[in-house]
Amino acid sequence: MGSAGGMEQLYQQLIMDHAKDPSHKGLGESFDGESFQVNPMCGDQVRLQVQLRGQTPGQASDAIVLNGLAWDGRGCSISQASVSMMSELVAGRSAREIARLEETFMALMRSRGEGLTDPEEEEALGDALAFEGVSRYPARIKCALLGWMALKDALAKAEVGDASPAAIPEGWE
Amino acid sequence: MTDLPPRVAHDGGARLGCDEVARLRADFPVLGRCVRDGKPLIYLDSAATTQRPRSVIDAVREFDLGSYAAVHRGAHALAEEATLAFEGARTSVAAFLGAEPGELVVTTGTTGAINTAAFAIESAGVGVGDLIVVTEAEHHSNLVPWQRLASRTGAELAWIPVGEDGRLDLGVVDDLAARRPRVVAVTGASNVTGACTDLAALGGVDWGPRAIRVLDAAQMPGHGVVCFRDLGFDLAAVSAHKMYGPTGVGALLGSQSVLEQLGPAWTGGSMVEMVTMTQATFQPPPQRFEAGTQPVSQMVGWAAAVRYLTAIGMDRIAAREAELTARLLEGVGGVAGVRVLGPLDTRDRSGVVSLDVSGVHPHDVGQFLDSLGIAVRVGHHCAQPVHRALGVHASTRVSLGLYSTKAEVDAVVKALAQVRPFFGVA
Repeated sequence: MGSAGGMEQLYQQLIMDHAKDPSHKGLGESFDGESFQVNPMCGDQVRLQVQLRGQTPGQASDAIVLNGLAWDGRGCSISQASVSMMSELVAGRSAREIARLEETFMALMRSRGEGLTDPEEEEALGDALAFEGVSRYPARIKCALLGWMALKDALAKAEVGDASPAAIPEGWE
Repeated sequence: MTDLPPRVAHDGGARLGCDEVARLRADFPVLGRCVRDGKPLIYLDSAATTQRPRSVIDAVREFDLGSYAAVHRGAHALAEEATLAFEGARTSVAAFLGAEPGELVVTTGTTGAINTAAFAIESAGVGVGDLIVVTEAEHHSNLVPWQRLASRTGAELAWIPVGEDGRLDLGVVDDLAARRPRVVAVTGASNVTGACTDLAALGGVDWGPRAIRVLDAAQMPGHGVVCFRDLGFDLAAVSAHKMYGPTGVGALLGSQSVLEQLGPAWTGGSMVEMVTMTQATFQPPPQRFEAGTQPVSQMVGWAAAVRYLTAIGMDRIAAREAELTARLLEGVGGVAGVRVLGPLDTRDRSGVVSLDVSGVHPHDVGQFLDSLGIAVRVGHHCAQPVHRALGVHASTRVSLGLYSTKAEVDAVVKALAQVRPFFGVA
């Protein structure tokens, strides 16, 4: 049952639950930064908006705090669950903390099924550790990263005061 | 170098049956391997790329080990041998596709061929007021080059829509033809719906004197008889790797009279006659469109692939794949929550069957099938608009090849029935 085991390791209950009932899904009225990201392989997409507190030009990134996050999107269970868990994980954190979490999550994705070695890092990721199984499937890593890419981009925009809506091509649905 | 394989070498059209397919599978060593914790590979992704028989791999290897050199330059023995092999391969492949050797422009593949066509037609003149007609069913490689051509030149882009059954809705054709388009670019067989275009209807339309009719034939010659001169199109694009040959090579087929009208696309070595510091003159077709060092080994491999296919017989392969397609369509038709995105019958239909599994994303479907050793394609298959037209964003695509078996078709149907229960979808 090696491969069935592989499937269960990949699609952990936590992932299935978040995919079915995602957190922070539903766009808000206003935002400080917005990003629209697409996985070019499958057309999966996420639009993600952030609201910050403390972002003034030249402000240190630990003084900038993610005050609100909202997203909408479509995609596979991995991508949807990943945005959902990420949203819970980063809410209320500083830009510096979020950058560190993103690096840790990237390291998990690059681990080829080996997982993280530092227990502190594991603890920091919390539920998002459930994505360890994804690192065994290189083609799926992009799915798990879609939300993280959107968050990084939206934060970068918000930090420079770019609150313009993300551009998408005409006719895109 | 006119040592052509006969077009029909098999024994009078006897059915390509299971025993023979079992023997043919031995020519494809990769089909014997296991994946994902020892699951025997079930390869149902031949629309993405076909596996290569040993004879193709051996032909490339033998040529590379003994005769490789750059072609059309140098007068040494090896260059002569390589040039003869390259031109011999051109002749074989052209004959297989129903074209003259001079009608076959070597490209990097279908994408290369269509981009070459777009730039070559632009060189011959495209501008404001010109109309480019495509279809909603196109692979991005037969859509985006024309979008770019339109945006570079100010030409207008219009398209033939796809109906609910995945077939082209030809109702608009007469109106589009009346507008005398400069380019009409259509797929011969969709890489998503499997629908085969009614080429007689489209090619036979009077599109006017300036129209260049371009066919994306990528999904055709690996699965049935293709005779370029009977297609009613001016240009056609094909890839070797979708007909059991190597990657990195394909062709733009073009009638002599049309190729003559077109200007160069890529420029550089090999395609010129006289070059000064400010000017150049160009070779006649097909060399006019073959700038740079050519994919010699790949052409040798492609010729080996058409020898392999000829020995089996394309009509027999087509009949075999139609049988399996019917079995697949019937099988998936019985799986709750699975919808076929394309024609439900085998008439004018290839063995490309894309599916929507209700409530489960194609990536998740593919992952489940993969865990059982089944290789299918998931995503939009480089054709986002046709998915949008059919009301989905992506799909799970099962596609057949000459080596596909009934047992493989049955295995994917059985596995598809387990997908929704696994993901907890009622």
